[in-house]
Amino acid sequence: MTRSLAVILLAISALCAATPAAAQRLIASLSNHRVMVTSSFTGAELVLFGFIETATPRRGGYDIVATISGPRQDAVTFRKARRVGIWLNVDSREFDNVPSYLAVLANRDLDAIANADTRRRLQIGLANIPLTQRAAVTIADAAADDPFRQAFVRINMQRGLYREASNGITFLAPLLFRADIPLPAGVSTGNYEVDVRLFADGAMVARAPSAFEVYKAGFEQFITTTARTHGLLFGLVTAMMTLATGWLGSVIFRRD
Amino acid sequence: MQIYLPIADLPVNIFVILAIGLAIGFISGMFGVGGGFLTTPLLIFVGIPPAVAAATVTCHIAGTTFSAAFSYWRRRALDPALAVLLLCGGLVGAACGVWMFNRLRAIGQLDITIGIAYVVLLGVVGTLMIVESARAIDRARRGRPTELRRPGSHAWFHGLPLKFRFKRSKIYGSIIPVVAIGFLVEFISTFIGIGGGFLVVPALIYIMRVPTSVVIGTSLILTLVTMVFAIVMHAATNHQVDAVLALILIVGGVIGAQFGARTGQRTRGEHLRLLLGLLVVAVGIRFAFNLVLQPDDLYVVRTLDTNR
Repeated sequence: MTRSLAVILLAISALCAATPAAAQRLIASLSNHRVMVTSSFTGAELVLFGFIETATPRRGGYDIVATISGPRQDAVTFRKARRVGIWLNVDSREFDNVPSYLAVLANRDLDAIANADTRRRLQIGLANIPLTQRAAVTIADAAADDPFRQAFVRINMQRGLYREASNGITFLAPLLFRADIPLPAGVSTGNYEVDVRLFADGAMVARAPSAFEVYKAGFEQFITTTARTHGLLFGLVTAMMTLATGWLGSVIFRRD
Repeated sequence: MQIYLPIADLPVNIFVILAIGLAIGFISGMFGVGGGFLTTPLLIFVGIPPAVAAATVTCHIAGTTFSAAFSYWRRRALDPALAVLLLCGGLVGAACGVWMFNRLRAIGQLDITIGIAYVVLLGVVGTLMIVESARAIDRARRGRPTELRRPGSHAWFHGLPLKFRFKRSKIYGSIIPVVAIGFLVEFISTFIGIGGGFLVVPALIYIMRVPTSVVIGTSLILTLVTMVFAIVMHAATNHQVDAVLALILIVGGVIGAQFGARTGQRTRGEHLRLLLGLLVVAVGIRFAFNLVLQPDDLYVVRTLDTNR
Protein backbone atom coordinates (compact mmCIF):
# COMPACT_ATOMS: atom_id res chain seq x y z
CA MET A 1 0.00 0.00 0.00
CA THR A 2 2.82 2.39 0.85
CA ARG A 3 4.52 1.36 -2.35
CA SER A 4 1.48 2.14 -4.47
CA LEU A 5 1.16 5.47 -2.69
CA ALA A 6 4.77 6.27 -3.58
CA VAL A 7 4.12 5.34 -7.21
CA ILE A 8 1.05 7.55 -7.31
CA LEU A 9 2.87 10.47 -5.76
CA LEU A 10 5.72 10.07 -8.23
CA ALA A 11 3.30 10.07 -11.15
CA ILE A 12 1.51 13.06 -9.72
CA SER A 13 4.69 15.13 -9.34
CA ALA A 14 5.68 14.29 -12.91
CA LEU A 15 2.29 15.45 -14.15
CA CYS A 16 2.45 18.61 -12.05
CA ALA A 17 5.55 19.73 -13.79
CA ALA A 18 4.06 19.22 -17.24
CA THR A 19 0.64 20.89 -17.05
CA PRO A 20 0.07 24.62 -17.37
CA ALA A 21 -1.50 26.51 -14.52
CA ALA A 22 -5.17 26.45 -15.42
CA ALA A 23 -8.13 24.56 -13.99
CA GLN A 24 -8.03 21.61 -11.61
CA ARG A 25 -7.25 18.07 -12.60
CA LEU A 26 -8.11 15.00 -10.63
CA ILE A 27 -5.90 11.96 -10.42
CA ALA A 28 -7.12 8.82 -8.68
CA SER A 29 -5.78 5.30 -8.32
CA LEU A 30 -6.77 2.13 -6.53
CA SER A 31 -4.53 0.02 -4.33
CA ASN A 32 -5.56 -3.07 -6.24
CA HIS A 33 -7.36 -3.62 -9.54
CA ARG A 34 -8.10 -7.31 -9.15
CA VAL A 35 -9.78 -8.82 -6.09
CA MET A 36 -9.65 -12.60 -5.96
CA VAL A 37 -12.40 -14.65 -4.30
CA THR A 38 -10.96 -17.89 -2.91
CA SER A 39 -12.18 -20.45 -0.38
CA SER A 40 -11.01 -18.24 2.49
CA PHE A 41 -12.67 -15.05 1.16
CA THR A 42 -14.46 -13.12 3.90
CA GLY A 43 -14.54 -9.74 2.21
CA ALA A 44 -11.84 -7.30 1.14
CA GLU A 45 -10.93 -3.66 1.39
CA LEU A 46 -9.57 -1.51 -1.42
CA VAL A 47 -7.91 1.83 -0.93
CA LEU A 48 -8.49 4.73 -3.30
CA PHE A 49 -5.87 7.45 -3.46
CA GLY A 50 -6.38 10.74 -5.22
CA PHE A 51 -4.68 14.01 -5.83
CA ILE A 52 -6.07 17.35 -6.95
CA GLU A 53 -3.69 18.94 -9.35
CA THR A 54 -3.87 22.71 -9.55
CA ALA A 55 -1.46 25.64 -9.73
CA THR A 56 -3.72 27.89 -7.68
CA PRO A 57 -5.37 25.95 -4.87
CA ARG A 58 -8.71 27.34 -3.74
CA ARG A 59 -8.70 28.75 -0.30
CA GLY A 60 -12.11 27.26 0.51
CA GLY A 61 -10.88 23.75 -0.23
CA TYR A 62 -12.42 21.03 -2.37
CA ASP A 63 -15.01 18.31 -2.06
CA ILE A 64 -14.74 14.77 -3.38
CA VAL A 65 -17.54 12.30 -4.12
CA ALA A 66 -16.57 8.78 -5.19
CA THR A 67 -19.26 6.45 -6.56
CA ILE A 68 -18.42 2.76 -6.84
CA SER A 69 -20.92 0.61 -8.68
CA GLY A 70 -20.70 -3.16 -9.07
CA PRO A 71 -21.84 -5.53 -11.81
CA ARG A 72 -25.50 -5.15 -12.74
CA GLN A 73 -28.12 -7.76 -11.97
CA ASP A 74 -31.88 -8.23 -11.67
CA ALA A 75 -33.52 -8.46 -8.27
CA VAL A 76 -37.01 -8.73 -6.84
CA THR A 77 -38.31 -7.03 -3.71
CA PHE A 78 -41.26 -8.77 -2.07
CA ARG A 79 -43.59 -7.21 0.46
CA LYS A 80 -45.13 -9.41 3.15
CA ALA A 81 -48.56 -8.92 4.64
CA ARG A 82 -50.76 -10.95 6.94
CA ARG A 83 -53.36 -13.06 5.16
CA VAL A 84 -55.57 -15.42 7.21
CA GLY A 85 -53.08 -15.20 10.06
CA ILE A 86 -50.03 -16.09 7.99
CA TRP A 87 -47.35 -13.75 6.64
CA LEU A 88 -47.20 -14.08 2.86
CA ASN A 89 -45.38 -12.33 0.03
CA VAL A 90 -48.31 -10.37 -1.40
CA ASP A 91 -46.70 -7.79 -3.65
CA SER A 92 -43.44 -7.49 -5.55
CA ARG A 93 -41.40 -5.18 -7.74
CA GLU A 94 -38.67 -6.28 -10.08
CA PHE A 95 -35.53 -4.16 -10.17
CA ASP A 96 -33.91 -4.57 -13.57
CA ASN A 97 -30.23 -4.15 -14.28
CA VAL A 98 -29.40 -2.49 -10.96
CA PRO A 99 -25.91 -2.40 -9.42
CA SER A 100 -25.20 -5.34 -7.12
CA TYR A 101 -22.83 -3.10 -5.18
CA LEU A 102 -23.14 0.63 -4.74
CA ALA A 103 -21.07 2.90 -2.54
CA VAL A 104 -21.18 6.68 -2.40
CA LEU A 105 -18.26 8.08 -0.43
CA ALA A 106 -17.77 11.76 0.28
CA ASN A 107 -15.70 13.97 2.55
CA ARG A 108 -18.74 15.68 4.09
CA ASP A 109 -22.53 15.70 3.86
CA LEU A 110 -23.72 15.51 0.27
CA ASP A 111 -26.15 18.42 0.67
CA ALA A 112 -23.23 20.60 1.78
CA ILE A 113 -21.24 19.64 -1.33
CA ALA A 114 -23.83 20.48 -3.98
CA ASN A 115 -27.46 21.56 -4.06
CA ALA A 116 -30.31 19.11 -4.64
CA ASP A 117 -30.69 20.04 -8.30
CA THR A 118 -27.00 19.44 -9.09
CA ARG A 119 -27.01 16.19 -7.12
CA ARG A 120 -30.01 14.93 -9.08
CA ARG A 121 -28.51 15.94 -12.42
CA LEU A 122 -25.12 14.36 -11.67
CA GLN A 123 -26.69 11.32 -9.92
CA ILE A 124 -24.87 11.99 -6.66
CA GLY A 125 -26.02 9.95 -3.65
CA LEU A 126 -28.01 6.72 -3.30
CA ALA A 127 -31.31 8.60 -3.59
CA ASN A 128 -30.34 10.03 -7.01
CA ILE A 129 -28.94 6.92 -8.65
CA PRO A 130 -31.59 5.44 -10.94
CA LEU A 131 -32.82 1.97 -9.98
CA THR A 132 -35.09 0.78 -12.76
CA GLN A 133 -38.18 -0.83 -11.36
CA ARG A 134 -40.82 -2.88 -13.08
CA ALA A 135 -44.33 -3.63 -11.86
CA ALA A 136 -46.21 -5.77 -14.37
CA VAL A 137 -45.79 -3.78 -17.61
CA THR A 138 -44.62 -0.27 -16.75
CA ILE A 139 -40.88 0.33 -16.58
CA ALA A 140 -39.70 3.42 -14.78
CA ASP A 141 -37.20 4.68 -12.29
CA ALA A 142 -39.13 4.82 -9.06
CA ALA A 143 -39.26 7.99 -7.03
CA ALA A 144 -36.78 8.05 -4.16
CA ASP A 145 -39.60 7.79 -1.61
CA ASP A 146 -41.14 4.66 -3.16
CA PRO A 147 -41.47 2.06 -0.36
CA PHE A 148 -40.13 -0.80 -2.51
CA ARG A 149 -37.10 1.21 -3.53
CA GLN A 150 -36.50 2.29 0.06
CA ALA A 151 -36.75 -1.30 1.26
CA PHE A 152 -34.43 -2.46 -1.53
CA VAL A 153 -31.78 0.12 -0.60
CA ARG A 154 -32.20 -0.47 3.13
CA ILE A 155 -31.82 -4.27 2.88
CA ASN A 156 -28.79 -3.91 0.63
CA MET A 157 -27.29 -1.48 3.15
CA GLN A 158 -27.83 -4.05 5.91
CA ARG A 159 -25.97 -6.58 3.77
CA GLY A 160 -23.12 -4.11 3.34
CA LEU A 161 -23.68 -4.00 -0.42
CA TYR A 162 -25.00 -0.44 -0.56
CA ARG A 163 -23.53 2.38 1.46
CA GLU A 164 -23.46 6.13 1.61
CA ALA A 165 -20.78 7.62 3.86
CA SER A 166 -20.20 11.33 4.35
CA ASN A 167 -16.93 10.45 6.12
CA GLY A 168 -15.80 8.02 3.42
CA ILE A 169 -13.16 10.35 2.00
CA THR A 170 -10.30 11.60 4.15
CA PHE A 171 -8.10 14.53 3.13
CA LEU A 172 -4.51 13.70 4.11
CA ALA A 173 -3.34 17.10 2.91
CA PRO A 174 -5.39 19.94 1.32
CA LEU A 175 -4.95 18.37 -2.14
CA LEU A 176 -4.36 14.71 -1.27
CA PHE A 177 -7.13 12.34 -0.23
CA ARG A 178 -7.80 8.67 0.36
CA ALA A 179 -10.86 6.46 0.77
CA ASP A 180 -11.45 2.90 1.96
CA ILE A 181 -13.78 0.80 -0.20
CA PRO A 182 -15.04 -2.13 1.88
CA LEU A 183 -16.25 -5.17 -0.07
CA PRO A 184 -18.37 -7.58 2.02
CA ALA A 185 -18.13 -11.35 1.58
CA GLY A 186 -21.30 -11.44 -0.49
CA VAL A 187 -20.06 -9.27 -3.38
CA SER A 188 -20.77 -10.41 -6.92
CA THR A 189 -17.98 -11.18 -9.31
CA GLY A 190 -17.47 -8.85 -12.27
CA ASN A 191 -16.36 -5.36 -13.11
CA TYR A 192 -16.70 -2.50 -10.63
CA GLU A 193 -16.67 1.08 -11.87
CA VAL A 194 -15.20 3.81 -9.72
CA ASP A 195 -16.16 7.39 -10.55
CA VAL A 196 -14.35 10.07 -8.54
CA ARG A 197 -15.69 13.60 -8.89
CA LEU A 198 -14.21 16.86 -7.68
CA PHE A 199 -16.49 19.66 -6.51
CA ALA A 200 -15.68 23.28 -5.85
CA ASP A 201 -18.31 25.86 -4.86
CA GLY A 202 -21.10 23.37 -5.35
CA ALA A 203 -20.18 22.55 -8.96
CA MET A 204 -18.33 19.64 -10.47
CA VAL A 205 -14.96 20.73 -11.82
CA ALA A 206 -13.19 17.46 -12.62
CA ARG A 207 -13.72 13.72 -12.63
CA ALA A 208 -11.50 10.65 -12.77
CA PRO A 209 -12.88 7.22 -13.69
CA SER A 210 -11.27 4.00 -12.57
CA ALA A 211 -12.26 0.37 -12.27
CA PHE A 212 -11.47 -2.91 -10.58
CA GLU A 213 -12.51 -6.50 -11.01
CA VAL A 214 -13.71 -9.10 -8.52
CA TYR A 215 -13.17 -12.62 -9.76
CA LYS A 216 -13.31 -16.17 -8.50
CA ALA A 217 -10.20 -18.23 -8.92
CA GLY A 218 -9.13 -21.85 -8.67
CA PHE A 219 -11.55 -24.40 -7.25
CA GLU A 220 -14.35 -21.87 -6.56
CA GLN A 221 -14.21 -20.63 -10.14
CA PHE A 222 -14.30 -24.20 -11.43
CA ILE A 223 -17.32 -25.15 -9.29
CA THR A 224 -19.32 -22.02 -10.10
CA THR A 225 -18.78 -22.20 -13.85
CA THR A 226 -19.44 -25.93 -14.01
CA ALA A 227 -22.61 -25.63 -11.94
CA ARG A 228 -23.93 -22.89 -14.23
CA THR A 229 -22.85 -24.14 -17.62
CA HIS A 230 -22.93 -27.93 -17.21
CA GLY A 231 -25.69 -28.39 -14.63
CA LEU A 232 -26.43 -31.99 -15.56
CA LEU A 233 -22.79 -33.07 -15.45
CA PHE A 234 -22.28 -31.17 -12.19
CA GLY A 235 -25.29 -32.97 -10.69
CA LEU A 236 -24.02 -36.38 -11.78
CA VAL A 237 -20.53 -35.75 -10.38
CA THR A 238 -21.96 -34.40 -7.10
CA ALA A 239 -24.19 -37.48 -6.81
CA MET A 240 -21.18 -39.77 -7.38
CA MET A 241 -19.17 -37.88 -4.77
CA THR A 242 -22.08 -38.16 -2.34
CA LEU A 243 -22.39 -41.91 -2.80
CA ALA A 244 -18.63 -42.43 -2.62
CA THR A 245 -18.49 -40.58 0.71
CA GLY A 246 -21.43 -42.60 2.07
CA TRP A 247 -19.83 -45.86 0.93
CA LEU A 248 -16.46 -44.86 2.42
CA GLY A 249 -18.21 -44.19 5.72
CA SER A 250 -19.83 -47.60 5.76
CA VAL A 251 -16.48 -49.28 4.98
CA ILE A 252 -14.57 -47.37 7.67
CA PHE A 253 -17.18 -47.94 10.37
CA ARG A 254 -18.20 -51.46 9.36
CA ARG A 255 -18.95 -53.59 12.37
CA ASP A 256 -19.98 -56.94 10.88
CA MET B 1 -12.36 -21.58 10.26
CA GLN B 2 -14.28 -19.82 7.51
CA ILE B 3 -14.80 -21.44 4.14
CA TYR B 4 -16.38 -19.76 1.13
CA LEU B 5 -19.30 -21.67 -0.42
CA PRO B 6 -19.17 -21.24 -4.20
CA ILE B 7 -22.89 -21.65 -4.96
CA ALA B 8 -24.41 -20.12 -1.84
CA ASP B 9 -21.92 -17.25 -2.40
CA LEU B 10 -21.13 -16.71 1.25
CA PRO B 11 -18.55 -17.74 3.83
CA VAL B 12 -19.57 -20.12 6.62
CA ASN B 13 -17.76 -21.60 9.57
CA ILE B 14 -16.73 -25.11 8.48
CA PHE B 15 -17.09 -26.44 12.06
CA VAL B 16 -20.67 -25.20 12.38
CA ILE B 17 -21.63 -27.08 9.20
CA LEU B 18 -19.68 -30.15 10.34
CA ALA B 19 -21.47 -30.02 13.71
CA ILE B 20 -24.87 -29.81 11.98
CA GLY B 21 -23.89 -32.83 9.84
CA LEU B 22 -22.77 -34.77 12.93
CA ALA B 23 -25.91 -33.95 14.93
CA ILE B 24 -28.29 -34.82 12.08
CA GLY B 25 -26.26 -37.94 11.31
CA PHE B 26 -26.55 -39.01 14.95
CA ILE B 27 -30.32 -38.53 14.89
CA SER B 28 -30.76 -40.27 11.55
CA GLY B 29 -28.64 -43.21 12.67
CA MET B 30 -30.55 -43.45 15.95
CA PHE B 31 -34.06 -43.27 14.48
CA GLY B 32 -33.41 -44.64 10.98
CA VAL B 33 -34.65 -41.54 9.18
CA GLY B 34 -32.85 -39.29 6.69
CA GLY B 35 -33.11 -36.21 8.88
CA GLY B 36 -33.84 -33.82 6.01
CA PHE B 37 -36.67 -32.25 7.99
CA LEU B 38 -34.05 -31.02 10.49
CA THR B 39 -31.16 -30.24 8.12
CA THR B 40 -33.02 -27.82 5.86
CA PRO B 41 -34.29 -25.59 8.74
CA LEU B 42 -30.87 -25.66 10.46
CA LEU B 43 -29.07 -24.61 7.28
CA ILE B 44 -31.56 -21.78 6.73
CA PHE B 45 -31.00 -20.81 10.36
CA VAL B 46 -27.21 -20.39 9.86
CA GLY B 47 -27.82 -18.16 6.84
CA ILE B 48 -27.80 -20.48 3.81
CA PRO B 49 -30.45 -19.32 1.28
CA PRO B 50 -33.55 -21.61 1.49
CA ALA B 51 -33.25 -22.68 -2.15
CA VAL B 52 -29.60 -23.73 -1.75
CA ALA B 53 -30.43 -25.46 1.55
CA ALA B 54 -33.32 -27.50 0.12
CA ALA B 55 -31.37 -28.46 -3.01
CA THR B 56 -28.16 -29.37 -1.17
CA VAL B 57 -29.88 -31.41 1.53
CA THR B 58 -30.71 -33.99 -1.17
CA CYS B 59 -26.95 -34.78 -1.27
CA HIS B 60 -26.77 -35.15 2.50
CA ILE B 61 -29.72 -37.54 2.55
CA ALA B 62 -28.36 -39.59 -0.37
CA GLY B 63 -24.95 -39.87 1.31
CA THR B 64 -26.21 -41.01 4.70
CA THR B 65 -28.89 -43.38 3.35
CA PHE B 66 -26.38 -45.02 1.01
CA SER B 67 -24.33 -46.58 3.79
CA ALA B 68 -27.48 -47.73 5.59
CA ALA B 69 -29.13 -49.09 2.41
CA PHE B 70 -25.92 -50.99 1.66
CA SER B 71 -26.13 -52.95 4.92
CA TYR B 72 -29.86 -53.68 4.49
CA TRP B 73 -29.11 -54.94 0.97
CA ARG B 74 -26.48 -57.35 2.32
CA ARG B 75 -28.94 -58.68 4.89
CA ARG B 76 -31.63 -58.96 2.16
CA ALA B 77 -33.99 -57.03 4.47
CA LEU B 78 -35.86 -55.30 1.64
CA ASP B 79 -38.40 -56.08 -1.07
CA PRO B 80 -36.94 -55.35 -4.53
CA ALA B 81 -40.29 -55.63 -6.37
CA LEU B 82 -41.95 -53.24 -3.95
CA ALA B 83 -39.00 -50.84 -4.19
CA VAL B 84 -39.10 -50.83 -8.01
CA LEU B 85 -42.84 -50.07 -8.07
CA LEU B 86 -42.48 -47.31 -5.45
CA LEU B 87 -39.67 -45.89 -7.55
CA CYS B 88 -41.85 -45.81 -10.69
CA GLY B 89 -44.19 -43.42 -8.92
CA GLY B 90 -41.39 -41.81 -6.92
CA LEU B 91 -39.26 -40.67 -9.85
CA VAL B 92 -42.23 -39.05 -11.58
CA GLY B 93 -43.14 -37.46 -8.25
CA ALA B 94 -39.60 -36.17 -7.75
CA ALA B 95 -39.55 -34.63 -11.23
CA CYS B 96 -42.87 -32.89 -10.50
CA GLY B 97 -41.48 -31.81 -7.11
CA VAL B 98 -38.45 -30.11 -8.69
CA TRP B 99 -40.73 -28.47 -11.27
CA MET B 100 -42.99 -27.21 -8.46
CA PHE B 101 -39.92 -25.97 -6.54
CA ASN B 102 -38.73 -23.91 -9.53
CA ARG B 103 -42.23 -22.64 -10.28
CA LEU B 104 -42.87 -21.46 -6.70
CA ARG B 105 -39.41 -19.94 -6.53
CA ALA B 106 -40.14 -17.92 -9.67
CA ILE B 107 -43.34 -16.44 -8.22
CA GLY B 108 -41.75 -15.84 -4.80
CA GLN B 109 -43.92 -18.23 -2.80
CA LEU B 110 -41.38 -21.02 -2.22
CA ASP B 111 -40.40 -20.12 1.34
CA ILE B 112 -43.97 -19.77 2.52
CA THR B 113 -45.07 -23.04 0.88
CA ILE B 114 -42.14 -24.88 2.46
CA GLY B 115 -43.15 -23.31 5.79
CA ILE B 116 -46.80 -24.37 5.57
CA ALA B 117 -45.90 -27.85 4.31
CA TYR B 118 -43.54 -28.30 7.26
CA VAL B 119 -46.12 -27.24 9.83
CA VAL B 120 -48.85 -29.51 8.43
CA LEU B 121 -46.65 -32.54 7.73
CA LEU B 122 -44.55 -32.44 10.87
CA GLY B 123 -47.54 -31.63 13.04
CA VAL B 124 -49.66 -34.50 11.73
CA VAL B 125 -46.93 -37.15 11.45
CA GLY B 126 -45.36 -36.17 14.78
CA THR B 127 -48.67 -36.33 16.63
CA LEU B 128 -49.48 -39.73 15.09
CA MET B 129 -46.08 -41.05 16.16
CA ILE B 130 -46.49 -39.78 19.72
CA VAL B 131 -49.96 -41.30 20.04
CA GLU B 132 -48.89 -44.63 18.54
CA SER B 133 -45.75 -44.96 20.65
CA ALA B 134 -47.53 -43.87 23.85
CA ARG B 135 -50.05 -46.67 23.24
CA ALA B 136 -47.25 -49.16 22.62
CA ILE B 137 -45.48 -48.12 25.83
CA ASP B 138 -48.76 -48.43 27.72
CA ARG B 139 -49.37 -51.91 26.28
CA ALA B 140 -45.84 -53.03 27.17
CA ARG B 141 -46.31 -51.81 30.74
CA ARG B 142 -49.52 -53.81 31.15
CA GLY B 143 -47.75 -56.84 29.75
CA ARG B 144 -50.03 -57.34 26.74
CA PRO B 145 -48.43 -58.57 23.50
CA THR B 146 -48.00 -56.13 20.64
CA GLU B 147 -50.71 -56.20 18.00
CA LEU B 148 -49.92 -58.53 15.18
CA ARG B 149 -50.82 -58.00 11.57
CA ARG B 150 -54.39 -59.12 11.06
CA PRO B 151 -54.59 -61.19 7.88
CA GLY B 152 -57.52 -60.50 5.60
CA SER B 153 -58.12 -56.95 6.82
CA HIS B 154 -58.06 -55.40 3.36
CA ALA B 155 -59.11 -51.92 2.44
CA TRP B 156 -60.90 -51.13 -0.84
CA PHE B 157 -57.72 -50.02 -2.66
CA HIS B 158 -56.11 -53.42 -2.22
CA GLY B 159 -58.78 -54.74 -4.57
CA LEU B 160 -57.99 -52.42 -7.48
CA PRO B 161 -56.87 -54.01 -10.77
CA LEU B 162 -53.24 -54.85 -11.70
CA LYS B 163 -52.71 -57.20 -8.78
CA PHE B 164 -49.26 -58.43 -7.93
CA ARG B 165 -47.76 -60.80 -5.37
CA PHE B 166 -44.91 -59.19 -3.39
CA LYS B 167 -43.08 -62.34 -2.29
CA ARG B 168 -40.61 -60.85 0.16
CA SER B 169 -43.32 -58.71 1.82
CA LYS B 170 -45.86 -61.54 1.79
CA ILE B 171 -48.63 -59.30 0.48
CA TYR B 172 -50.89 -59.64 -2.53
CA GLY B 173 -52.63 -56.58 -3.88
CA SER B 174 -52.99 -53.92 -6.53
CA ILE B 175 -49.89 -52.01 -7.59
CA ILE B 176 -51.87 -48.75 -7.99
CA PRO B 177 -51.72 -47.66 -4.31
CA VAL B 178 -47.98 -48.52 -4.22
CA VAL B 179 -47.20 -46.31 -7.21
CA ALA B 180 -49.46 -43.58 -5.78
CA ILE B 181 -47.64 -43.64 -2.41
CA GLY B 182 -44.28 -43.39 -4.20
CA PHE B 183 -45.49 -40.47 -6.29
CA LEU B 184 -47.04 -38.47 -3.43
CA VAL B 185 -44.23 -39.00 -0.95
CA GLU B 186 -41.50 -38.05 -3.39
CA PHE B 187 -43.44 -35.11 -4.82
CA ILE B 188 -43.78 -33.57 -1.37
CA SER B 189 -40.31 -34.45 -0.13
CA THR B 190 -38.38 -33.28 -3.19
CA PHE B 191 -39.79 -29.82 -3.24
CA ILE B 192 -39.62 -29.18 0.49
CA GLY B 193 -36.16 -30.73 0.85
CA ILE B 194 -36.73 -33.82 2.99
CA GLY B 195 -35.95 -37.47 2.35
CA GLY B 196 -39.48 -38.73 2.87
CA GLY B 197 -38.48 -41.74 4.98
CA PHE B 198 -40.72 -40.63 7.83
CA LEU B 199 -43.66 -40.46 5.39
CA VAL B 200 -43.14 -43.68 3.44
CA VAL B 201 -42.48 -45.96 6.44
CA PRO B 202 -45.86 -45.33 8.13
CA ALA B 203 -47.60 -45.37 4.73
CA LEU B 204 -46.24 -48.83 3.92
CA ILE B 205 -46.91 -50.22 7.40
CA TYR B 206 -50.40 -48.83 7.96
CA ILE B 207 -51.78 -48.61 4.40
CA MET B 208 -50.06 -51.45 2.57
CA ARG B 209 -49.53 -53.63 5.67
CA VAL B 210 -45.96 -54.44 4.69
CA PRO B 211 -44.07 -56.25 7.48
CA THR B 212 -41.74 -53.99 9.49
CA SER B 213 -38.74 -56.21 8.73
CA VAL B 214 -38.59 -55.16 5.06
CA VAL B 215 -40.10 -51.66 5.35
CA ILE B 216 -36.99 -49.73 6.42
CA GLY B 217 -34.72 -51.31 3.80
CA THR B 218 -37.29 -50.74 1.05
CA SER B 219 -37.87 -47.13 2.08
CA LEU B 220 -34.10 -46.53 2.15
CA ILE B 221 -33.80 -47.73 -1.45
CA LEU B 222 -36.66 -45.44 -2.49
CA THR B 223 -35.11 -42.48 -0.65
CA LEU B 224 -31.63 -43.16 -2.02
CA VAL B 225 -32.59 -43.47 -5.69
CA THR B 226 -34.99 -40.52 -5.70
CA MET B 227 -32.51 -38.30 -3.83
CA VAL B 228 -29.77 -39.09 -6.38
CA PHE B 229 -32.30 -38.26 -9.09
CA ALA B 230 -33.25 -35.05 -7.24
CA ILE B 231 -29.59 -33.96 -6.96
CA VAL B 232 -29.22 -34.24 -10.73
CA MET B 233 -32.58 -32.53 -11.39
CA HIS B 234 -31.86 -29.63 -9.02
CA ALA B 235 -28.34 -29.20 -10.41
CA ALA B 236 -29.54 -29.28 -14.01
CA THR B 237 -32.52 -26.92 -13.63
CA ASN B 238 -31.88 -24.41 -10.84
CA HIS B 239 -28.09 -24.74 -10.22
CA GLN B 240 -28.62 -24.49 -6.45
CA VAL B 241 -26.70 -27.61 -5.33
CA ASP B 242 -23.59 -26.53 -3.44
CA ALA B 243 -21.05 -29.36 -3.71
CA VAL B 244 -18.72 -27.93 -1.04
CA LEU B 245 -21.54 -27.54 1.49
CA ALA B 246 -22.76 -31.05 0.62
CA LEU B 247 -19.35 -32.62 1.17
CA ILE B 248 -18.90 -31.07 4.64
CA LEU B 249 -22.42 -32.14 5.64
CA ILE B 250 -21.99 -35.72 4.44
CA VAL B 251 -18.65 -36.21 6.19
CA GLY B 252 -20.25 -35.07 9.46
CA GLY B 253 -23.41 -37.07 8.73
CA VAL B 254 -21.70 -40.39 8.00
CA ILE B 255 -19.64 -40.20 11.20
CA GLY B 256 -22.61 -39.09 13.32
CA ALA B 257 -24.82 -41.86 11.91
CA GLN B 258 -22.48 -44.58 13.22
CA PHE B 259 -22.70 -43.32 16.81
CA GLY B 260 -26.42 -42.68 16.46
CA ALA B 261 -27.04 -46.24 15.28
CA ARG B 262 -25.21 -47.62 18.34
CA THR B 263 -27.24 -45.47 20.73
CA GLY B 264 -30.43 -46.41 18.89
CA GLN B 265 -29.82 -50.14 19.28
CA ARG B 266 -29.55 -49.72 23.06
CA THR B 267 -32.88 -47.85 23.29
CA ARG B 268 -36.32 -49.51 23.13
CA GLY B 269 -38.27 -49.14 19.90
CA GLU B 270 -41.37 -47.42 21.25
CA HIS B 271 -39.33 -45.01 23.37
CA LEU B 272 -37.31 -44.19 20.27
CA ARG B 273 -40.50 -43.49 18.28
CA LEU B 274 -41.86 -41.30 21.08
CA LEU B 275 -38.65 -39.24 21.13
CA LEU B 276 -38.70 -38.89 17.36
CA GLY B 277 -42.37 -37.86 17.46
CA LEU B 278 -41.63 -35.17 20.04
CA LEU B 279 -38.71 -33.90 17.95
CA VAL B 280 -40.84 -33.79 14.80
CA VAL B 281 -43.64 -31.88 16.56
CA ALA B 282 -41.14 -29.43 18.09
CA VAL B 283 -39.73 -28.57 14.65
CA GLY B 284 -43.29 -28.17 13.35
CA ILE B 285 -44.18 -25.75 16.17
CA ARG B 286 -41.03 -23.74 15.46
CA PHE B 287 -42.15 -23.34 11.84
CA ALA B 288 -45.69 -22.43 12.89
CA PHE B 289 -44.30 -19.56 14.98
CA ASN B 290 -42.36 -18.31 11.98
CA LEU B 291 -45.53 -18.19 9.89
CA VAL B 292 -47.70 -16.43 12.44
CA LEU B 293 -45.31 -13.98 14.11
CA GLN B 294 -44.71 -10.68 12.38
CA PRO B 295 -41.33 -10.82 10.60
CA ASP B 296 -38.62 -8.31 11.55
CA ASP B 297 -38.64 -6.93 8.04
CA LEU B 298 -41.74 -6.87 5.87
CA TYR B 299 -39.64 -6.69 2.72
CA VAL B 300 -37.41 -9.34 1.20
CA VAL B 301 -34.90 -8.80 -1.59
CA ARG B 302 -33.95 -11.74 -3.78
CA THR B 303 -31.41 -11.66 -6.57
CA LEU B 304 -32.54 -13.27 -9.80
CA ASP B 305 -30.33 -15.77 -11.60
CA THR B 306 -28.13 -13.98 -14.03
CA ASN B 307 -25.77 -15.48 -16.53
CA ARG B 308 -22.70 -14.24 -14.79
